[in-house]
Amino acid sequence: MEKTWNNKAWFMVLPVLVLVAFSAVIPLMTVVNYSVQDTFGNNEFFWAGTDWFLEVLESDRFWDALTRNLIFSAIILAIEIPLGIVIALNMPKKGIGVPICLVLMALPLLIPWNVVGTIWQVFGRVDIGLLGRAVASLGINYNYVQNPIDAWVTLIIMDVWHWTSLVVLLCYAGLVSIPDAYYQAAKIDGASRWSVFRYIQLPKMKRVLLIAFLLRFMDSFMIYTEPFVVTGGGPGNSTTFLSIDLVKMAIGQFDLGPAAALSIIYFLIILLLSWIFYTVMTTSDAQG
Amino acid sequence: MARIDLDHIRHAYGAKPKSEADYALKEVHHEWNDGGAYALLGPSGCGKTTLLNIISGLINPSEGRILFDGTDVTHLTTQQRNIAQVFQFPVIYDTMTVYDNLAFPLRNRRVPEAEVDRRVKEIIEMTGLGGWAKKTARGLTADQKQKISLGRGLVRSDVSAILFDEPLTVIDPEMKWVLRSQIKRLHKQFGFTMVYVTHDQTEALTFADKVVVMYDGQIVQIGTPAELFERPRHTFVGYFIGSPGMNVLPAEIDGARAAIGDQSIGLNFQPKIEAGAKTELGIRPEFISLGREGMPVAITKVEDIGRHKIVRARFADRLISIVVDEDGEIPAEPRVTFDPKAINIYADSWRVGEEA
Ligand SMILES: Nc1ncnc2c1ncn2[C@@H]1O[C@H](COP(=O)(O)OP(=O)(O)O)[C@@H](O)[C@H]1O
Ligand SMILES: [Mg+2]
Repeated sequence: MEKTWNNKAWFMVLPVLVLVAFSAVIPLMTVVNYSVQDTFGNNEFFWAGTDWFLEVLESDRFWDALTRNLIFSAIILAIEIPLGIVIALNMPKKGIGVPICLVLMALPLLIPWNVVGTIWQVFGRVDIGLLGRAVASLGINYNYVQNPIDAWVTLIIMDVWHWTSLVVLLCYAGLVSIPDAYYQAAKIDGASRWSVFRYIQLPKMKRVLLIAFLLRFMDSFMIYTEPFVVTGGGPGNSTTFLSIDLVKMAIGQFDLGPAAALSIIYFLIILLLSWIFYTVMTTSDAQG
Repeated sequence: MARIDLDHIRHAYGAKPKSEADYALKEVHHEWNDGGAYALLGPSGCGKTTLLNIISGLINPSEGRILFDGTDVTHLTTQQRNIAQVFQFPVIYDTMTVYDNLAFPLRNRRVPEAEVDRRVKEIIEMTGLGGWAKKTARGLTADQKQKISLGRGLVRSDVSAILFDEPLTVIDPEMKWVLRSQIKRLHKQFGFTMVYVTHDQTEALTFADKVVVMYDGQIVQIGTPAELFERPRHTFVGYFIGSPGMNVLPAEIDGARAAIGDQSIGLNFQPKIEAGAKTELGIRPEFISLGREGMPVAITKVEDIGRHKIVRARFADRLISIVVDEDGEIPAEPRVTFDPKAINIYADSWRVGEEA
């Protein structure tokens, strides 16, 4: 068959290209531009090569923040994925309960990050917050402003509260696609509750779980607003994640070069890790 | 293995059935003999699957009791009833190998691994899945999947009964025949009580000693293939069994005579009809003879189907079918006679007997 070339088609996608250029390519290239140059103001730039990258990679500050990010994401995934699965498994499959549960689950997802942060910032305060007061009245010494552990616990609970629903909804979508006949056959075959999960529900959820895993990883790895609003990166540097550090560097100290280099490294790390997860999970899928 | 009694079973899927029409199963009161091979035959939507699921305990009937060998099992789980069931559409565990799929029902019941291996190998041989035993079940074709489904139903040797829900629908005709005879062989060998659902009458008639015909949520007739053919209890059985089905003609019954249009036919008995019932006369195409004597018909079409010819004709303003031998001649002024022994009379669709 002969291929028809239609140059008008290019014309049609032009608006999108322009949009993408302005929203993604140009800012990204600007960052690249900053990362390899130095400036002392006056719009004068000097070639800096890989200096900024080396500076970032050699600083403890970077590695500490990266470690915090990795630990935070690991904890978030370890809690939200199993919890999301358990909740999805226990959601009703028919009746009036379904829309009620779905709306309840969707609610946290509809709240903007900074609002979530503000809610929890107030909620957790020892002097006026409901949670803070309640925990304090139990005799536990809880103060997220001064105690790093408390700050972490607060951020983790907040993220779990905000984002577990996403995992739940994705898993639930996988679960409702399983025809009744599978559960019936499992009953006939005498399968235990665990076998039903292992051989029927989990395989059906595998794809959506992969998506949930990647989304939650990328999102938790890029966490910014919540710690910014609640802890401001403290106490000390205990909740200073890469994103917070980046903003401090770029806007607080106006170190545009290192900040740009960090941005690019940050971006590459996320890309690399997501790719690794995706590859590992899809190959095990093909084998299993 | 067990005798299964269905004691006045009714089932409605909705919570509060108001009228008869809300019941998917209207009333089933019937017993399946231990070791019997039954075919459950009926059009789609008549409640066959519902009935099977009630027997296996996948659904609880709205009313009535189920007994296995005289013990009430109505409130027992599927597990406790120990029933094997093969579903209409293949269900496989697609992360497991074919072997593990077949072993699954046995392993769940803690059967010793040596016994599992023996049984599974037997089934693999029977279904011809040998080359696939070690492969995951995911990439198989629909009919291979259905064979696994079927195999999982047959692999247990201690079941009370095996229920088949149109198990061979997706399997090609040749393999269908092979598998059906394998199932029959297993039945002879082990004497399981088997209930085989189908909407294909040849399949039903070849599989079973007793055919149970369902229609609109009820069992309308249970009988041997010959009984279903000669004495359909309900006009539906007449239509459904036999090809072409029975001719059912509206008739006025007066004593031992039936009037169809302006034709009057003598009966060899006096049907017991209640006033106001809608009466019909049923006669199979095989029992109408076409010749130069009897009542006039106008032939509209002749179909040659090998050993027979099917003649479609207009009789007393109704279309009827007549089966004629291949070399039977068709006269220029055709007339028909009905074999009086083969005439059935129906009142409100149910067959009526002789006046007492
Ligand atoms: N899960 C269900 N919920 C509601 N109605 C159902 C359900 N399953 C079957 N029915 C209804 O019950 C009737 C009998 O269905 P079924 O037993 O599946 O028939 P068959 O197997 O003979 O085709 C049909 O009218 C069908 O619509
Ligand atoms: Mg069915």
